[in-house]
Amino acid sequence: MQITSAGQLLELCAQRAQGLARVVAEYEAFRSSITVQEVRERMGETLQVMRVSVEKGREDQGRLSHLINGYGRLFEQAGREGRLLGGSLFRNAILYALSVGQYNASLGRIVACPTAGSCGVVPGALLAAAEELESSDEELIEALLVMGGVGIVSAAQGPISGAEGGCQAECGVASSMAAAAVVNLAGGSPEQVFSAASLALQSHLGLVCDPLASLVEVPCVTRNATSAAVALSAANMALAGIPAVVPYDEVVGAMKAIGRAMPESLRETSLGGLAATPTGKRLAQEMRERHQL
Amino acid sequence: MAQIGLFDIVGPIMVGPSSSHTAGAVRLGLAARKILGSEVKRAKIELHGSFAATYWGHRTDVALIAGLLGMGMDDERIPRARELAHAAGLEYSFAAADLGDVHPNSVRIYAQGSADAVTVSGSSIGGGRINIFDLDGFEVAVDGTYWVLLTKHRDRPGVISEVTKVLAVHGINIAFLDVSRKTRGLDALLLAQTDDPIPDLAVEHVRRIPEVTAVRTLPCF
Repeated sequence: MQITSAGQLLELCAQRAQGLARVVAEYEAFRSSITVQEVRERMGETLQVMRVSVEKGREDQGRLSHLINGYGRLFEQAGREGRLLGGSLFRNAILYALSVGQYNASLGRIVACPTAGSCGVVPGALLAAAEELESSDEELIEALLVMGGVGIVSAAQGPISGAEGGCQAECGVASSMAAAAVVNLAGGSPEQVFSAASLALQSHLGLVCDPLASLVEVPCVTRNATSAAVALSAANMALAGIPAVVPYDEVVGAMKAIGRAMPESLRETSLGGLAATPTGKRLAQEMRERHQL
Repeated sequence: MAQIGLFDIVGPIMVGPSSSHTAGAVRLGLAARKILGSEVKRAKIELHGSFAATYWGHRTDVALIAGLLGMGMDDERIPRARELAHAAGLEYSFAAADLGDVHPNSVRIYAQGSADAVTVSGSSIGGGRINIFDLDGFEVAVDGTYWVLLTKHRDRPGVISEVTKVLAVHGINIAFLDVSRKTRGLDALLLAQTDDPIPDLAVEHVRRIPEVTAVRTLPCF
């Protein structure tokens, strides 16, 4: 059993008369010689690690990060004091994504999803949506399996690292996975799942990977939060029946081609983009001087 | 086409901030410890390329020490590895080094236990995956996916067949087999990567082959 593209995965579902989550679970069970139940249990553990990373990240004071500190705390405090706009879904998605990103920068235990640099996007959008929808853990596990299918077809057809494809391949793919998971959680169809994924990735095409001072901090952590918000927008549009027009597989193809056209300076080398601004260069120089080997 | 693992995409579970510079580095340290086969007492760690340039930001140094202490990439004690090393009596030193035409995220670890020592060179090749490319001066390619039987032996005809016969008798399937030597007739190395774990009895049988001077098994890491 292979999963190679969104089109092929949807065909598999039709052939087997099974939902996306079931097909993805059977794929992994076959691949790693375990049972479908064990796949679901392992996904349940993964969900738990995501939740803990949100909770720990909210309290993180940034003792171990270099350029950022306490982003989750700042955002949460502003919310409590009524200084923020929007409802709880939108605000919590940003809060959770910031918290996990901050926790990752502070050597916290996270789920790389699909990468460590984009680890806040999925917990941000998905856990915030689950609270609004009052979803059960079983429903969340289903959504994570569906989302894993979206991630697998992305990795099968395109890059999922900043070094290869820029940030569109990290936060972009994370956002499409998150959008897919949210649509599934909200009861959308398999077609809507992939429309949401497509819309989210469309909004990330061309995004470069340009972190300051070779760290996973600026702009990565705040970008995780905006990518979570994009995921929610894409999910809502797909649920409204707004078509993606360009199918997900083709958007991944476009992302891959854009990644190839991107100069190396914009692919995780910290030589271009924000890293090459006067501020980026100054901070990198200060860091280097402090840590001469 | 290789099947992509669900938990390689929704995962791995790891301590941040970077899968290649932190999680991969933990695994490289852990690989060195498992290859040594005992507690590491002293370690000399040489960082190459991107590892040397950015180790401080991604805590590659801390991650390597954590691995040498036996931690996996999701161990929440990783940030405290330096103090834990002190408590465990592990002495270590870091230096930058040019390891030649190798992956930019590479390291050479000289690890000394109470009885034995090994020099392990490896690269972190992305997503937490690693490749050990040199073991005590012998060229190898081990990624920790398979069980490994490693022998050092005198370079004589028939030794390889004796070793593989033992594995066959124990019903162990060899996935990959590498043989190398430094000088004809002198020290040679055999590295078999197997689909099945290698039982102690098989190791004992390999040890009894007269030309074999050392045997070691490695678990997956």
